[in-house]
Amino acid sequence: MILAVSLLVILMLVGAVAACVFRDLLNAVIAAALVSLIASILFYFLQAPDVAMAEAAIGAALTTAIFVIAIRRTNRYEE
Amino acid sequence: MRRIISILLLVIVTFGICQSLAKIPFGTPKTKVGGRYINEGVKETGAANIVTSVVLSYRGFDTLGEVTILFIASIGLGAVLGGVGKKTVTKTEPASFVLSTGCKILFPLILVFGAYIFIHGHLTPGGGFQGGAIIASAYLLIYLGCRQRRVSQTAYMTLESLGGLSFVAAGLVGLAVSGYFLANFLPRGTVNLLFSAGIIPVIYIAIGLKVGSELTGIIDNLVEES
Amino acid sequence: MGFLHNYAYYIGAFGLIFVGLYIILTKHNLIKAIIGLAILDTGVNLFLVSVGYITKGTAPIFSRPGIDAKRMVDPVPQALVLTAIVIGVAVLALALSLAIRLYQHYGTLNLRKIREQKW
Repeated sequence: MILAVSLLVILMLVGAVAACVFRDLLNAVIAAALVSLIASILFYFLQAPDVAMAEAAIGAALTTAIFVIAIRRTNRYEE
Repeated sequence: MRRIISILLLVIVTFGICQSLAKIPFGTPKTKVGGRYINEGVKETGAANIVTSVVLSYRGFDTLGEVTILFIASIGLGAVLGGVGKKTVTKTEPASFVLSTGCKILFPLILVFGAYIFIHGHLTPGGGFQGGAIIASAYLLIYLGCRQRRVSQTAYMTLESLGGLSFVAAGLVGLAVSGYFLANFLPRGTVNLLFSAGIIPVIYIAIGLKVGSELTGIIDNLVEES
Repeated sequence: MGFLHNYAYYIGAFGLIFVGLYIILTKHNLIKAIIGLAILDTGVNLFLVSVGYITKGTAPIFSRPGIDAKRMVDPVPQALVLTAIVIGVAVLALALSLAIRLYQHYGTLNLRKIREQKW
């Protein structure tokens, strides 16, 4: 159990560092969506089903969609 | 140079936070308020989901503030990105037949699922905010799949205003009946039934419709360009 | 192993706060900074919920009438984090609309170039 949680935390931190390093903004947004998804799983392990549902619906789906629509109207690559 | 200074600053901040956090043990009860809400929650409000009773009955005024913040953000986005002139969606090629048929089949199912989540907010995990976000993702599916259909602007603005007004009206009726704002004036009923917990399902239905139409309006404003 | 058992969630929340602050402080692109804001938000919410956790507790829902009420986790941080997540997405949407207007006015989203233009 604690092994699963440690692996998920390490994957989440790798995703956050990847969002910092990527130059293509679409890749960075998908890395941020991965961070949100793993945070939703960790909320479930912390016995909080309401918060897990809210983070999955709002953080992973709607935030990514809003970012992609905004990137479409501006530049795609970081200068 | 800027990078080195910011890393130094962050290391100092993290060191300070870690020092103070070593004194907060993980996994022990820390406040007594939570225990009181759990022990008395079902008797006082009638809702089986304690988080719902905290959000809407014990801390109902904070939820009113949050709904106001969402409203201001939605109006601000419409004001910044709006403006005068004709609005069109950017020209792209139409979606394939499989995608558009699949989106048309999935759209009413997702709406029904979102409505189920915010109607049963006091019995199972869920509530107005989660259900509203699911309804907004149904609209996102329509935008991706069948690009010709648009939701009319008056429809979701009317729904949003009605949701917000019924939340405040429920609080004012509680003020008139029992003497304080957002009082629970409907009968509590028995636990674990759909028609229980007084005014909580009514407010959650209003919040669910309001948040759903607000997030739909945000996506609609971002998509159009003049 | 005891140390990891106790502090795995805290390390995860802190790592996210650290990375989010670093992205906001050092990146020049405006949309990159807004991505950093989203990561920072997620980290703070994870930290708040993990403070309210009680070891071997269950979720605070009375789904059956005979549930033991002594071993439920704290419901107050969960209610606060529910509010905070929705406010986070509202702030993000408004920030992105301002970024789009900046791009329409200046033609670039690089903060150094915008600062050099001086109207």
